[in-house]
Amino acid sequence: MTDSKNLLSVQDLKVYFRAKDQVARAVDGVSFDIRPGETVCLVGESGCGKTVSALTILRLIPSPPGEIMGGRVLFNGVDLLDLDETDMQKIRGNHIAMVFQEPLTSLNPVFTIGDQIGEGITIHEQVEPEELRKRCVQLLRDVGIPSPEQRLKDYPHQLSGGQRQRVMIAMALACNPDLIIADEPTTALDVTVQAQILNLIKSIQQKASMSVLYITHDLGVVANIADRVNVMYAGVIVEMGDAYQIFQNPRHPYTKGLLAALPGRSRRGRRLHSIPGAVPNPAFKPPGCPFHPRCSFAIETCKTRFPEMCKHGDGHLSRCPVLKD
Amino acid sequence: MFSFIGRSIVQKIITLFFVSVVSFLIIHLAPGEPSQVDPMNPKFTPEMVERFQKEFHLDKPLYVQYLYFYRDLFTGKIVSWKDSQSVLTKIWERFLNSLPLFIVGTILTWTLSFPVGIRSAIFRGGIYDRSATFVSYLLISIPGFFFAYILIILVVTTLHVPVIGMETFGLGASSWGTTLMDRIWHLLIPSVLGATGGIAVLSRYVRSQMLEVEGQDYVRTAKAKGLPPEQVHYKHALRNALLPFVTMFGLILPGLIGGSVIIESIFSWPGMGRMAYEAILARDYPVILTVNFVAAVLVLVGTFISDLLYLVVDPRIRL
Repeated sequence: MTDSKNLLSVQDLKVYFRAKDQVARAVDGVSFDIRPGETVCLVGESGCGKTVSALTILRLIPSPPGEIMGGRVLFNGVDLLDLDETDMQKIRGNHIAMVFQEPLTSLNPVFTIGDQIGEGITIHEQVEPEELRKRCVQLLRDVGIPSPEQRLKDYPHQLSGGQRQRVMIAMALACNPDLIIADEPTTALDVTVQAQILNLIKSIQQKASMSVLYITHDLGVVANIADRVNVMYAGVIVEMGDAYQIFQNPRHPYTKGLLAALPGRSRRGRRLHSIPGAVPNPAFKPPGCPFHPRCSFAIETCKTRFPEMCKHGDGHLSRCPVLKD
Repeated sequence: MFSFIGRSIVQKIITLFFVSVVSFLIIHLAPGEPSQVDPMNPKFTPEMVERFQKEFHLDKPLYVQYLYFYRDLFTGKIVSWKDSQSVLTKIWERFLNSLPLFIVGTILTWTLSFPVGIRSAIFRGGIYDRSATFVSYLLISIPGFFFAYILIILVVTTLHVPVIGMETFGLGASSWGTTLMDRIWHLLIPSVLGATGGIAVLSRYVRSQMLEVEGQDYVRTAKAKGLPPEQVHYKHALRNALLPFVTMFGLILPGLIGGSVIIESIFSWPGMGRMAYEAILARDYPVILTVNFVAAVLVLVGTFISDLLYLVVDPRIRL
């Protein structure tokens, strides 16, 4: 697994949240790799552990109640979970940057956006004030904000939602990171702006050949940008493969169900497919395969045995012994 | 922005007018009359009562009395019924006495509450936080007068320094240094006492405000940028946590009068609060009403200052 080609390699990551008398196993043995320059999607329903996995990579999980119970997060061969807090600060923003879900609340309301973009640069690099200003202007120009010189002095409330998310992306780009983690960056935006932001991320990624870990529940977005896809369910990855494999030849009942639930031209006028039941509470997961109560393919062993990853082709893995072939 | 300031001032003047009417009526609604301060006093003959009533227009209808009172107040001719001294001079003297107590108390409260509260919030649930919580609630629950006596006993018996009043009686012509030290000793205990309750309460507010802000998304963004914890806490979190305290800061001004009645009484400190209290007991209407009016002005000035401060600290309120 320790492939030197990987920029980031998450191995058997476990993050639990402790409440008074119960333990929520939010992330329960997640492994995936990101190679330089590729876009990897983490797909799943709300509450399946996508965001927790992403925050754990940057060690931003609030603790308590969150606790990293095991696993490794290898970034360029260094385990981020072993670093002390000061070394971790040098990674954050500088090598791995993050774009958050809510641009509305993720920007500090009392500082100008110039200040907020600039401080990320000054913390990691030595720059003259004039040089810093130029770089901030260039960043804003790169993310497509008109008249960037004036915007630098604006406060977040003076910008629209889409512009704020562009500012967030500019902040993430500030130090030319190797990896950008985008946690549902388009969820809070309306559809036309979503498409713009998505194209922006795509073009930036190609220009700077950065890696992107894109977290979303929107399969349309996945189809648009992903090189490789990891499908998550109840804290585990149930299927991984490249985008073509996942969309053309899904091998896990959950992925099949998700794809069947997409509205499409051929199904116009008919009821959309839905997966029966709901995502299990992370504190009370069913034994065996976590998906078996909702699965139409489930057999007796699914109720007791946690399924191993089965190989279906080059890099295409799924956690289902029934749909093996 | 200037229209905002103008509007705010006009609103406050209107408010002040209503305050003056209501406080005037409430005082006159209270049972008892100034002319009957001591009806059992044999020296108080009916003729004297009548003369007294005439002199202070007490035989006129209320609205006339109201007009007389505020005319006298604004021309500065208003006098106390008790000793016929000018009320404004009296208040000014007492104000100068209260001022050092107020300033030292306020500085202590605001400079100590913030470090204590912020540290509690950052290390939430730790030993420091739990002991700070315990001490705060202890200080909040102890009655002020009780705590005052404990402090007095401690200071007087262990350090042998007199602490009652503003200065040691008969110290008169001592050297400059002795007088200063004497003043400071007398000032110290009452202001520390006045500040303790404030610190206990305010540090709790600071803590809960900081905790609230620390959970916000932008604090997580700041951490994700790789900022060191000091910058995350003291720049991004604190700056937002401070906003509500701007309002509170404007409202400490009226504490100059009402906040210290008990302490001034215990320590025989000749301040404004005690004067107001004594005036109420003596039904000295001019003094009560003037103090009331000054208090209302202080409240309104305080809120005006906090409005202006908001303009400075919160960019969302630029008008």
